Amino acid sequence: MRILLVDDERELVSTLAERLSFRGIDADWVISGEDALKKAETETYDLAVLDVKMPRISGIKLKGMLEAKYPDMKFIFMTGHGSEDDFRAGSANAYYLVKPIGIEALVSKINEALALDT
Amino acid sequence: MIPAIYLCCIGAVLEYKNVHSIIPPCKFFCSILNCNSSHLDLAMSILEKLRPKFWNHVPRDIPKSKDQFNFRRIWNLAVLLTAGVALLPLTIMTVIHYQVTQNAIESEIHNHTYRLVRNTWGTVSYFLGERRTVLDLIAQDTTFEELNDPSHLSAILKNLKRRLGGLVDLGVVNSSGRQTSYAGPYKLTNVDYSDQKWFKEVMESGVYTSDLFLGLRNIPHIVIAGKYGLTGGSFYVLRATLDIDTVNNALYRLELSGFGDAFIINKEGILQTPSRYHGEVLNKISLSVPVYSSKAQVLDDKDPKGEPLIVGYAYISDTPFILMIVQKKGELLKPWYKIRMELIWFLVISITVILLVTLGVVTYLVNRIYVADQERAMSLHHMEYSNRLASIGRLAAGVAHEINNPLAIINEKAGLIKDMFTYKEMYSEDKKLIGLVDSIISSVNRCGTITKRLLGFARHMDVSIQPVNLGEVIHEVLGFLEKEAEYRSITVSVDVPDDIPQFESDRGKLQQIFLNLVNNAFAAMEEGGRLDIKVRRKDEDSIWATVSDTGCGIPKADFERIFCPFFSTKTKKGGTGLGLSITCGLVQEIGGDIDVHSEVGKGTSFVITLPLKRKKEGK
Repeated sequence: MRILLVDDERELVSTLAERLSFRGIDADWVISGEDALKKAETETYDLAVLDVKMPRISGIKLKGMLEAKYPDMKFIFMTGHGSEDDFRAGSANAYYLVKPIGIEALVSKINEALALDT
Repeated sequence: MIPAIYLCCIGAVLEYKNVHSIIPPCKFFCSILNCNSSHLDLAMSILEKLRPKFWNHVPRDIPKSKDQFNFRRIWNLAVLLTAGVALLPLTIMTVIHYQVTQNAIESEIHNHTYRLVRNTWGTVSYFLGERRTVLDLIAQDTTFEELNDPSHLSAILKNLKRRLGGLVDLGVVNSSGRQTSYAGPYKLTNVDYSDQKWFKEVMESGVYTSDLFLGLRNIPHIVIAGKYGLTGGSFYVLRATLDIDTVNNALYRLELSGFGDAFIINKEGILQTPSRYHGEVLNKISLSVPVYSSKAQVLDDKDPKGEPLIVGYAYISDTPFILMIVQKKGELLKPWYKIRMELIWFLVISITVILLVTLGVVTYLVNRIYVADQERAMSLHHMEYSNRLASIGRLAAGVAHEINNPLAIINEKAGLIKDMFTYKEMYSEDKKLIGLVDSIISSVNRCGTITKRLLGFARHMDVSIQPVNLGEVIHEVLGFLEKEAEYRSITVSVDVPDDIPQFESDRGKLQQIFLNLVNNAFAAMEEGGRLDIKVRRKDEDSIWATVSDTGCGIPKADFERIFCPFFSTKTKKGGTGLGLSITCGLVQEIGGDIDVHSEVGKGTSFVITLPLKRKKEGK
């Protein structure tokens, strides 16, 4: 199980990746949409955790792009803005977490998302 | 009673206008009319009810601008201009009509009197002239010798009495003044008239008409005489005594209105014929003798008592007589006084109606302007309020979002430390370190809750209808005030039973409603107060939500006005007077109703009725 973490906050995303590795989840991280696309070309990921608001390519846009290329990829969104209600329209079939997120909640969402696939 | 209340109303109006200095005279009137202070109170209460809404309008506490209306000034100006424009022409026309009518009536009275004098003058002149002509005819047709024959003279007199009337006797006086022949009821033959004044006058002027005299029978008479020549240069005088009953009757029969009186005086003002009101025959009249005029004249005069009179007169030529017709002006003008009274009533009623209509229309219109202005200001403020709230919401959301990122980093870093301690055995036993990290994470979670709540609150401002759990909304609102309640030792209790279903409503508006009410309750309470929020099912279709506090309460007098815009008891503390007005507006917009129960010193309860099924948006 490989996971790609995308967030423009380097400190956040790197720490998150490290914490997930403590829990046996192999996670790579990048700090922009462009980097994520590049990274996805070289590696295969089962799931991407995306920040909604990022410079240039937003999380929602990035999800569309990745989904087009890798239809099997699952997505979990993280945001510092809003809540689930106003997100339903643009992020169907996706999980949603509001920052600051609890690591346990993230892990359970990841498991949940991937379990759906299996 | 009615005039008493009327006067009191005037007094009350003056008091109303803050013209206290004129109140004592009104109270004086009241005391004259036996009305007491209860009448004044009644008048005041009537005026209180009639007082339009805008009367006590206090300009809003914002810098003076063109948008601010001074409604009292507008009202005053409108009433003055409208009433002025209506009343001025009316008053001018009435005054002109008054003058013209009065002049026409007075002129008609003068003309009528003039005609009367002319006609009567003609009658009297004819009477005297006719008899004088008769004397001339006798002298012409009869020789001096025949006239000196008493039987012939008696025959002439008899004839004349029968045919003409008005003659008492006839006498022939020779040039030396002795009456040579006499026919009549007295024995006057050979009487010497040479020293008499009339004889001298007839010698000089050829004719003579005497003043009135009573004579031997004590009956008023006049004497006329003419001088006639004889062959040889000598002359004789033919004289006749006239009974003036005919003239008296003619004067008496005149139809005179206005206590009118027609009589004859001589040039000394001695009455020659009976008068109804101005003295006895042969006495001097109480009026002044009018100046000579060859024509009939009519003039205004006054009697000794000062009463105005219309005096018509004419000098009768070749006699010492003046014909006078005197009428009381006041009596003659009575019909005019009646018309005048009708005119004045017409004017008074017209003015009253115009004033009432003007007052009514102007008051109605200014009131409409006032209401429209209030609504305009209200909606402007409402918009401003909503905009401000939306800005605050956006700001809060922005801040929350910005804070969320560093919070997330802190969260993750702390989490990582904890992970490292947890997953590496060398640290896992250090309870203190784990405790510190837990404390950091728990604080971050608290911050996260706050920012999430802020974000949620801000977001709901823009969203309209959605399923709402009222308990959640209330808790969400109270979440912002928890700390304040804690600091001020205010006990907050929320009672939302389980049977309250979710319902479709505007969550943002509900949040604002409860936030405003809870804020008001907090503002009304001292330390240690109690805030109760209860939700109850009213019926199938609606619920009650009650927000009660143990604050200072609202005086009964303010009950009607607390939901009016710009009514505030906290203007000096920065209150805009819009909170409850906006709350009321919001409640109505979501189809609900709001009511208030309050007791000064005990507390206030706001009861909101909310529909569970949505009706058409807004009222």
